[in-house]
Amino acid sequence: MMKKIFSVIAFTCLLGLNANAQNIGNDPVIESRLKALSQELRCLVCQNQTLADSSAPLAEDLRREIRELIAKGMTDEEITAYLVARYGDFVRYRPPLKSQTAILWAGPMLLLFAGFGMLLITLRRRNALIANDKDTEE
Amino acid sequence: MKFQLKHLVPLSIFLVLLGFLMVGLKLDPHEVPSPLINKPAPLFEQKLMTDANQTFSVEKMRGQVWLLNVWASWCTACRQEHPLLMRMSQEIGIPLVGLDYKDTDAEGMDVLTKFGNPYTSLVADVEGRVGIDYGVYGVPETYLIDKAGIIRYKQIGPITEEVLYTTLIPLIKGLQ
Repeated sequence: MMKKIFSVIAFTCLLGLNANAQNIGNDPVIESRLKALSQELRCLVCQNQTLADSSAPLAEDLRREIRELIAKGMTDEEITAYLVARYGDFVRYRPPLKSQTAILWAGPMLLLFAGFGMLLITLRRRNALIANDKDTEE
Repeated sequence: MKFQLKHLVPLSIFLVLLGFLMVGLKLDPHEVPSPLINKPAPLFEQKLMTDANQTFSVEKMRGQVWLLNVWASWCTACRQEHPLLMRMSQEIGIPLVGLDYKDTDAEGMDVLTKFGNPYTSLVADVEGRVGIDYGVYGVPETYLIDKAGIIRYKQIGPITEEVLYTTLIPLIKGLQ
């Protein structure tokens, strides 16, 4: 009896997997491009998820839209521009370098240099102190 | 220990941080500024939900200041907004176009027959394609469009009394 139940469960699971696979993968080329693109794009409903990961209805619609745009022969850049025109740069996980995003890009470097600067000053002061101590000892 | 200016450094860093955090409290990360502000409203033409023989088209609205309200029967925040829309449609004196987003016509109409229809024209966006063109990512959203067909303002989330009287109505008066 148990065996029968298990085999039924296993069979329905397999059916489910199969159905999913068929829905998504009509054209493997489109699907692989969709996957790569949607991992670079943000879902606006659940903002910390990519379009690829999100199951929000809007994300599903946008994936459908991207699929159609790929089928129309648009390049990845054109599709990204299409979405940016509608939702803004926020949809991109890699923000473009612009005057508005300059701090975002340069900030970490500036902080790093400031850190090095402070380290240098501190080391010099310490050296000077040690040198002073030696002078007074002698 | 003598007081030195550098002893104030940790305190000032703390105050700067506090300033940033206080500003951060007032920002809403769900409000993404729309790139469509001051750009032409995307064109679409759709049959009216109330009368299949008539159509609504964005192009035909040229020369008028009008509002596009994106809503749905499944959206609870839209239900909250609804009484204000009913009042507003009487007060503002400009067309209020409703876009029933990702909804079935039957359910959308059901809500309006129960609670009243504030819209001068009502169209459906069953697949959410018009919504994508307008950059809709959460309903309700409301767009203010000027006589030249340019989007001048976008309200993300329900319109409140405050938004209506301090932002929308002055903007509408300025555009007319």
